[in-house]
Amino acid sequence: MREFDYTRAETLSGAADQLGEDASVIAGGTNLLDLMKIQVMTPSRLVDITRIDGLSDICEDGEGLRIGALVTNSELAADPRVRDGWPLLSRAILAGASAQIRNKATTGGNLLQRTRCPYFYDTAMPCNKRNPGEGCSAKQGDGRMLAIFGTSEHCLAAHPSDMAVALAALKAEVEIRSAEGDARRIPIGELHKLPGDRPDIETVLAPDEIITAVYLPAPQADTKQVYKKVRDRASYAFALVSVGVAVAMDDDRIASVSCAIGGVAPKPWTDPELEKALVGQAPSDEVFGQAADKALTQARCQSDTEFKKPLLRRTLIAALREATGLAVSAPGVETARIPA
Amino acid sequence: MTKTFRMDEAQPRLLDETGQGIVGAPLDRPEGPKKVSGRAAYAADGLPENAAHGVLVRATIAQGRVTKIDESSVSDVSGLLGVFHGPKMTRNPAQGMAGEAPVQPGDEVHYHGQPIALVVAESFEAARDAAQRLAVSYDADTDVITDPSRSETHEQDDPETAGDFEAAFAASEVTLDRTYTTPPHAAAAMEPHAAVAEWEGDAVTLRGALQMLRFNKKELADSLGIDPDKVRILSPYIGGGFGSKLGIGPEAVAAALAARELGRPVRVVMTRQTVFDSVLRRTETSQRLRLGADKDGTLRALSHDDRVSNIRDEGFAEPVSQASQFLYGAEGLSFTQTLARICRTPAGSVRAPGEAVGMLALEQAMDELAEELGMCPVELRLKNLPDKNPMTDQPFSATRLADCLREGAEQFGWGERKPMGERREGDWYVGMGMASAARSNMLIKSAARVRLTGDGAVVETDMTDIGTGSYAILGQITAEMLGLPIAQVEVRLGDTSFPGASGSGGSFGASSAGSATFLAAKAIRETLAERMGCSLSELTLQNGIARGGNREVPLSQLVDGELVEEASVESGSTADSHFSAGFGAHFAEVAVHAYTGEVRVRRMLGVMAMGRILNEKTARSQALGGMIWGIGSALTEKLTHDPRTGHLATRDLANYHVPAHADVPGDLKVVFLEERDDMANPIQTKGIGELGISGAGAAILNAVRNACGARVYDMPATPDRVITAMDAAGF
Repeated sequence: MREFDYTRAETLSGAADQLGEDASVIAGGTNLLDLMKIQVMTPSRLVDITRIDGLSDICEDGEGLRIGALVTNSELAADPRVRDGWPLLSRAILAGASAQIRNKATTGGNLLQRTRCPYFYDTAMPCNKRNPGEGCSAKQGDGRMLAIFGTSEHCLAAHPSDMAVALAALKAEVEIRSAEGDARRIPIGELHKLPGDRPDIETVLAPDEIITAVYLPAPQADTKQVYKKVRDRASYAFALVSVGVAVAMDDDRIASVSCAIGGVAPKPWTDPELEKALVGQAPSDEVFGQAADKALTQARCQSDTEFKKPLLRRTLIAALREATGLAVSAPGVETARIPA
Repeated sequence: MTKTFRMDEAQPRLLDETGQGIVGAPLDRPEGPKKVSGRAAYAADGLPENAAHGVLVRATIAQGRVTKIDESSVSDVSGLLGVFHGPKMTRNPAQGMAGEAPVQPGDEVHYHGQPIALVVAESFEAARDAAQRLAVSYDADTDVITDPSRSETHEQDDPETAGDFEAAFAASEVTLDRTYTTPPHAAAAMEPHAAVAEWEGDAVTLRGALQMLRFNKKELADSLGIDPDKVRILSPYIGGGFGSKLGIGPEAVAAALAARELGRPVRVVMTRQTVFDSVLRRTETSQRLRLGADKDGTLRALSHDDRVSNIRDEGFAEPVSQASQFLYGAEGLSFTQTLARICRTPAGSVRAPGEAVGMLALEQAMDELAEELGMCPVELRLKNLPDKNPMTDQPFSATRLADCLREGAEQFGWGERKPMGERREGDWYVGMGMASAARSNMLIKSAARVRLTGDGAVVETDMTDIGTGSYAILGQITAEMLGLPIAQVEVRLGDTSFPGASGSGGSFGASSAGSATFLAAKAIRETLAERMGCSLSELTLQNGIARGGNREVPLSQLVDGELVEEASVESGSTADSHFSAGFGAHFAEVAVHAYTGEVRVRRMLGVMAMGRILNEKTARSQALGGMIWGIGSALTEKLTHDPRTGHLATRDLANYHVPAHADVPGDLKVVFLEERDDMANPIQTKGIGELGISGAGAAILNAVRNACGARVYDMPATPDRVITAMDAAGF
């Protein structure tokens, strides 16, 4: 770890004032500190925002919720309102990381965590996300965890968050404040940028901007929400593929569906064509598979990620089967449990 | 004087006759409370005053030469004390029981991640900063071979054979020819490799995380170019080893070199990434199994050919077909090994070298053969159990494999197993599988000293405890032999100033160090019998009281000062006349998601006969741990190397997937069958630690096949591979 200055901000404007190209906000630090230890990130200044008032609460906002950026993943997943109205969010959070990490990690930090591409973490390997223009070692490299949607020739890295996938499926919005105190709200889908030729720029945040809250819109009545995450072990592993869906039925047909996909793109991946192919249909494996095929037309794989196409297709079908009642879950095999 | 005992003939089962009744009892580990409350001082704890901190620097090329290490690149680091490199730096840990320095490559680089220098500073943070930023120039070789399938330097042994395999295979009514692959594995011990070196004059004391001190002492001395008498190693507690701490490591040698140079203690703790980069891995394997049988299930031919890899100048080759050579009998047997030389992290012993991966292939092939024959997999195995080692004709010293298979089938409810694909619960297929377990057993030369004072005893040996229960069992043996309450026995381990033992490895520690302790205590019993004026057979020792010759005397009256005996044990002619191995049977039930290919192990049962059990609790924990490693090798564990550069992509515990709690079923059960191995050693025990893993993974993979038709030939069976195999099977 390089030496750095540490500042504890008392107010939002105080924090934003101290930010700049070479500074980094620290909240839970669960990803940032690891990256600093291996010198993938070497900020000269850390601005600690954890003492700022007003960022640690979950409050009702009309029929929706406003979630402060410092609300921990554990608190958010366990909130009775969240579990009741947006269970997809609880399930997605609990499918990620470990209890210890979730106790420290924050809502804002979760959205801003970096990719787990192994080449990004190894300073001996060229990486355009670390050093733009250096080259992408992941191309033709070891790439089991890489993205298949939204990539560029410069970067194949996937965004690792489970929580962000749920927020995308729930059509959440992100509140952002700048040093000047201006606040803006953007759909979660607009927060992360695709890599293009600047994979180092991952979000639309300006250097002096801070995420202050996430807004969940009112839950839709009678939706069934499912988060299905497929990974290389049952816990504490990033998604090979994950699917968050919220489905409302009208008799025996799908009235509405909202879906986001994780583990496959530099951001939570959504595809309107996928949802369009489902609305108005009677649920069946065939209908689900055809919808998945629509989304998969956008996929660009290398040999190590070719498996993600059939796996995503099957995971989408499995998630939609659960959300539409086609699947009966077997007792004893589901590992994710929401704590009482 | 040390009494050396050679195991030339079966010994009386004295531990069945003594009166204390503590051997075998499920005693808690005496050091347990210290460990769980943070008071047990591991290698990196208890730092001497004035200690400096060292961090290893890795090579970032796969092969070539270091041309320059530019110390000026880190001269701005505050508190920097020095950058150490040179001809004494070691490339990798020594192999188990090497007793000499590991390869010291000078300025040559043989793999990506090789430690090439040590940066020492006043603080760990400063040292790590400098280690990461140190500018190193290389002359890198091109066209480096890092992939074993592309290696052009293959060393092939002559086949080991019995009978005529080819003829027997050709004459078989049913044949099977399959190739299975396993990926490289890491030991993944919780405690990273660590050492603290401190010199006093020309002698060095090293606190290390090391499994085999008797050998490590010589290895460190040879690495440094000093006399072994000038080396003392302390390793009282070890946070897991699994083979990765058998030999002296680069952290220990580098710490000693820097401490000598700086004239102050130096601590080196490997970062987790360095542990993955530079500690010996388990080789990947490619294994071809050919089985031939008659329609009634009689095995006629068995061949197990494997390809493993290692770096240049390492003698170790994973003994993949070890269990295949004695588990089943057949007319024709043939085993061939090919060793590919590649530029990757060197390979060595990791958790049951040989059986852990060899039995994944053998026991899946047996399952496939049973299916071809339309036979119950348990019955196929029962039909082919030999009464002696089919390769050597040695009779087995003790085997209850048939009982394990039958008892396991009964207790598991094997009779409820459905035909393939016929049991479904919701979107999950459910299936059962089984496999035999086998692991060869050894006795390694060991010494121990026992002191009996009036009301207590002390055991001293350089034996180690890698979390397995050495403190507990050596105390139990001593308490049993001397008739003392267990609280009256103190066990001192992990110090080379004590008599030299086998160390922890190959599951031989309990039998070897345990036998030496037993023999030392037995010598004390002889003196006590003399003092009682009775024959040894008349002597009874219980709760601090000696009885014999119509007398009853407290030990405290019998012993003035202390009685000290040291004993040593080594294998003898029983190792030639008989073949000793632990045997068992694994059963598993799994659920496989019909769409996503996720596998969840729902329950497992291991039934094992492994000689006398010294402590029912620590033995069970070992067996359970082994079975959990079986889950890892079947479903989750895989070291991944970059296909072009050979650099490791899975360098931490988030990316190298040992089973997490959620992967391990609550219903994980071990049953021990009573056994005594009279030919193995004087205490009739066998190794335990590694039997649990041997075959466990195959039982899981056979259950996956039974559940959903998927037969995965490339381990681990991750969801992508399971769905591909389900597709291939038409599910």
